[in-house]
Amino acid sequence: MGNIINASLAGVELKTPTILASGFLGVNSGILKRAAECGAGAVTTKSIGFEKRDGHNNPTVFELEAGTGLINAVGLPTPGFRNMEEEWLELKECKVPVIASIFGASVQEFVEVAEFVAGKKPAMIELNISCPNSKSHGQLFGTSKEASFEVTSAVKNVIGKIPLMPKLSPQALNIAEIGKACEEAGADALCAINTLGPGMVINIEARKPVLHYKTGGLSGPAIKPIAVRCVWQLFESVKIPILGLGGITNGRDAVEIIQAGASAVGVGTAIHYNGIEAFGKINSELEDWMQANGFSSIEKLRGIAHD
Amino acid sequence: MIKAPEFAKISRIVPETPTVKTFYLEKELNGIPGQFVMLWLPGVDEKPFSVSQFGKQIAVSIQKKGKFTEKCFELKECDSIGVRGPFGKGFSIAGVKKAIVIGGGCGTAAVAGLPKMLKEQNIKFVSITGARTKEELFSQKNFQNFGELIECTDDGSFGKKGFVTEALKEMLAKEKFDCVMACGPEAMLLNVFKTCEANSTQCQLSLERFMKCGLGVCAQCVIDDQLVCKDGPVFNSEKMRKLSEFGKFARLKSGEKVELKEYYAWRQK
Repeated sequence: MGNIINASLAGVELKTPTILASGFLGVNSGILKRAAECGAGAVTTKSIGFEKRDGHNNPTVFELEAGTGLINAVGLPTPGFRNMEEEWLELKECKVPVIASIFGASVQEFVEVAEFVAGKKPAMIELNISCPNSKSHGQLFGTSKEASFEVTSAVKNVIGKIPLMPKLSPQALNIAEIGKACEEAGADALCAINTLGPGMVINIEARKPVLHYKTGGLSGPAIKPIAVRCVWQLFESVKIPILGLGGITNGRDAVEIIQAGASAVGVGTAIHYNGIEAFGKINSELEDWMQANGFSSIEKLRGIAHD
Repeated sequence: MIKAPEFAKISRIVPETPTVKTFYLEKELNGIPGQFVMLWLPGVDEKPFSVSQFGKQIAVSIQKKGKFTEKCFELKECDSIGVRGPFGKGFSIAGVKKAIVIGGGCGTAAVAGLPKMLKEQNIKFVSITGARTKEELFSQKNFQNFGELIECTDDGSFGKKGFVTEALKEMLAKEKFDCVMACGPEAMLLNVFKTCEANSTQCQLSLERFMKCGLGVCAQCVIDDQLVCKDGPVFNSEKMRKLSEFGKFARLKSGEKVELKEYYAWRQK
């Protein structure tokens, strides 16, 4: 028998709608499996790149004041796609769908990584075209309609039937247009939003920016209104499903972004506040709210805030 | 608890050994032995260090063995350094009645706050510290002021000749202890763990891995499914038994998993 919080994203069936966001935890199969045991309906690997990258020096992540969230510039560390055989083998045993997140510095790099990763048969491939923490990767693509279309269609051509989900940037001047371009290029779902920024925090005694990279992306409760607005605009512009994320910390936040149009909900910074147990907490609060308010499925709740 | 790095004045620097100095920072922080802080040198890096003394001031012992710690050694009294924390889970004294505290090499710093806490809680204990040579032993007062200390050197230049694990084996053969609390090189910890398992004695071990966030979100420091920064750095026997990578593998800055030998060679750079 189904549960009222079962969800579905581009044909991928999810026991719960909460999905581990890329960039959080996803270094190895062990921790991804633990997130699944804690209630994640699907898990996303850390973005996998073309070549081995160390990312930035510390400080890479720290907490902002008064529960507003985190600022980070981890800088896309990756062993490189050829260097992860053991993780791929072990991920086959994961009890929930595994989404492979990938990034590249050029369309060609994206294509090569995607083709290889597709061979490992992940449940979905997430295209990270929106990371604000690297000069030559990410945001460069995600803020341009043409570049988003080009990379999405090029990757779509080499990954067969595996659903493709570009992750969009809140910095796009018109996120609805970018989403539409991805849909036209063959995207099967959209993920919104990546971190907001870049932003900067200066330690006034040190007289220096705190992050080693100087700037970093904002995540957590403070960016939730922007995430909700982006999902809202995408829902009005595209037909493909949306994975909504940005500051989702409790069940009510999940209800809100689903009402804006999300089919599933990404969870990242909430792990900082509530541990890996954040998934179970959001799931049970969401289920309680749905029961109390007479909703029998996520689908019935989805997009309900629209006229 | 300090969330974003705050600048703290260095009130005192005490040379401990040719390669270890203890830095006293003017920053009031409360925590449990085994917990750590992140120390930040703007423009250089930020790294985790065990705190050997909490309170009105904190004490951090630093071993010079890479670019960051070399820069730390250039600091003078009255200079400032960024600090945030404390983070992670420290040693637990719940249910412990009679303990053995073990510190090996610079790992001694991570257990140096334990004797005071154990004494205050009326828990019986014996301490063992070890180093390669006499001049590399440090922090004796943190142990001797509160209880018995057995010191070991690999070369026999002071105290007992041999590894701390040999002293541990002798002790466990003579008497029953509740818990062994240890920090040191991973090869030593592996031996401590095996010895404890063979003697049906519980242990709590403080592990080390390359760390980025310190908050439990990036998983750079992951061992199997455990986050050293958040679930640890102190792990009990029950958790240790499940760590297949312990004593074998660790991750480089890119996240790549390598054998411990390669990891340590990289950490020295």
